[in-house]
Amino acid sequence: MDKFVTHVGTAVPLRRSNVDTDQIIPAVYLKKITRSGFEDGLFNAWRNDPAFELNQEKYKKATILVAGIDFGTGSSREHAVWALQNYGFKVIIAPRFGDIFRGNSGKAGLLTITLSQHDVEALWSAIEAKPDVAITVDLEARTVSYGHSSVGFVIDDYTRWRLMEGLDDIGLTLQQTDSIDAFEKSRSAFKPQTIPAK
Amino acid sequence: MGKTLAEKIWQEHVVRSAAGEPDLVYIDLHLIHEVTSPQAFDGLRLAGRPVRRPDLTIATEDHNTPTQNIDQPIADPVSKLQVDTLRANCAEFGLRIHSLGDIDQGIVHVVGPQLGLTQPGMTIICGDSHTSTHGAFGALAFGVGTSEVEHVLATQTLPLIRPKMMAVNVEGELAPGVTSKDVILAIIAKIGTGGGVGYIVEYRGSAIRAMTMESRLTICNMSIEAGARAGLIAPDETTFAYIKGKPHAPQDWDGAVAYWKTLTTDADAKFDHEVTLRAEDITPFVTWGTNPGQGAPLSSSVPDPASFTDAEERSAAERALVYMGLEAGMPLKKIAIDTVFLGSCTNGRIEDLRSAAAILDGKKIASTLRMLVVPGSARVRLQAEAEGLDKIFINAGAEWRNAGCSMCLGMNPDQLAVGERSASTSNRNFEGRQGKGGRTHLVSPPVAAATALRGTLSSPADL
Repeated sequence: MDKFVTHVGTAVPLRRSNVDTDQIIPAVYLKKITRSGFEDGLFNAWRNDPAFELNQEKYKKATILVAGIDFGTGSSREHAVWALQNYGFKVIIAPRFGDIFRGNSGKAGLLTITLSQHDVEALWSAIEAKPDVAITVDLEARTVSYGHSSVGFVIDDYTRWRLMEGLDDIGLTLQQTDSIDAFEKSRSAFKPQTIPAK
Repeated sequence: MGKTLAEKIWQEHVVRSAAGEPDLVYIDLHLIHEVTSPQAFDGLRLAGRPVRRPDLTIATEDHNTPTQNIDQPIADPVSKLQVDTLRANCAEFGLRIHSLGDIDQGIVHVVGPQLGLTQPGMTIICGDSHTSTHGAFGALAFGVGTSEVEHVLATQTLPLIRPKMMAVNVEGELAPGVTSKDVILAIIAKIGTGGGVGYIVEYRGSAIRAMTMESRLTICNMSIEAGARAGLIAPDETTFAYIKGKPHAPQDWDGAVAYWKTLTTDADAKFDHEVTLRAEDITPFVTWGTNPGQGAPLSSSVPDPASFTDAEERSAAERALVYMGLEAGMPLKKIAIDTVFLGSCTNGRIEDLRSAAAILDGKKIASTLRMLVVPGSARVRLQAEAEGLDKIFINAGAEWRNAGCSMCLGMNPDQLAVGERSASTSNRNFEGRQGKGGRTHLVSPPVAAATALRGTLSSPADL
């Protein structure tokens, strides 16, 4: 995973709430067995509409997506995160995210930032007024800055540290193998095993 | 202070806890299917890591599998490759798999309980958001993404931040014809699709305790539609009776039951949030919009977006009515349906099939629609056939299919066409969920059956 400390880019406003992971990438695009090549499926139902924000020339180079409340609800498909990353997004900002989507983003190195509805509205207005406005996301300082505005955001220390260091979660957990071994010795005998099949 | 059921299960599974870090939580059972696992196995191979506990892992094929001609190779080459990849990965890493055609194949959330692998007090994960289903047994069960699938394969643990606790109380007695599907749709309409974000939900109250095991599975299944990653119900005699005799039921039955009986929320435990519904207020409930929170009693009308005070809800309702091709004020019972889908991990179990078959028995479905009946597993299909339910469906004019996720998400050939409208016992009415341009109304199995007979959204009382 690449380290994430700061990111400077332009943004695209997506004034819609409840953009579920089926909208981000429909199920028919989930049949690939790789982690790449999902950008074609991103927002598939809307991509043929010239008015759709991602199709507008002024937003073509955006690397930050600013969406409405409850972005990424529904299915656990991590493909939604990969599709956003494959397309080129580095940061998603919304008033609230689906829990599983948010978790998946953190694992895959896509930064999700929760801002208040008010702050998101202000950001939408700023982008629509000036589509090439540069937005700086500073994970170390926990701020989103553009023009003369700067708003803080909350992220837990552990997730922030992992993203800033670009750490492999599995590698970290494997350092705790002794604890896992010890825990397994104390597990209840009632717990079922799948093998052998009965 | 006392603990909630979820807090007790959590605490029993903490491998390591350190200040400022997520808890490292042990996972008792890992369910796998073909869609969210291939990249996880690739990750293991790249790092040269084995699967830590093949004996706590089980795979089945469900999302891509066709429900017709299952004795032939899967026709879609991309679906076939994904299923073949799962088979190869299971062979390479030594995992148990139930493939298409196997008697224990089926939707992953139907297979776990029917094998007796889902038991109270366990932690269960799967790369599928409807893993919350297993919470009906008093287990802590939740969906994860592919990175977490790989993490559990490699370590049998997950680093997790403890969620907050919510109680949803349903008190009283449900009226005849009202099912647990109506209850969960009413709960989601009340708290919203984001109401459960950050929470584990415990469903409580006399109406929940009175439910059969399979009704409880339907409730917990749709926890994620309210935004909650996990939902659970305290185990009781209903739970124990369901597990007894299942293939993987505990050898030391009395010892297990004694432990399971400790799995309740303490009287002095405190929830971060509580919601209460009166069972008597709940009637057959359906969705009119494009998220599961956009639902209403079947006896009511399509709402006027102007009636929503919240600006976001109003614009979402406006968009939903355009997509759904509906007019505000139209009675829901006037909505004509093209396809009825009975199945999915929400409502594809034997009780669901029985309740629909009882309504269809000796009757014919409307000539204006098609009805697909897709059992949740191969064993559910066999059980239904042993009871003669297949004949009832076929004689009514419905299609009797093989097990899988099918039209719930349309990864296999079972899809809606553009503009086609379904009454579906599944869990998501998202735009395009059942096929690009398709329109979905979520319903209970009895409403699905009554709708199939009348051609418009209907409850059994309308017959």
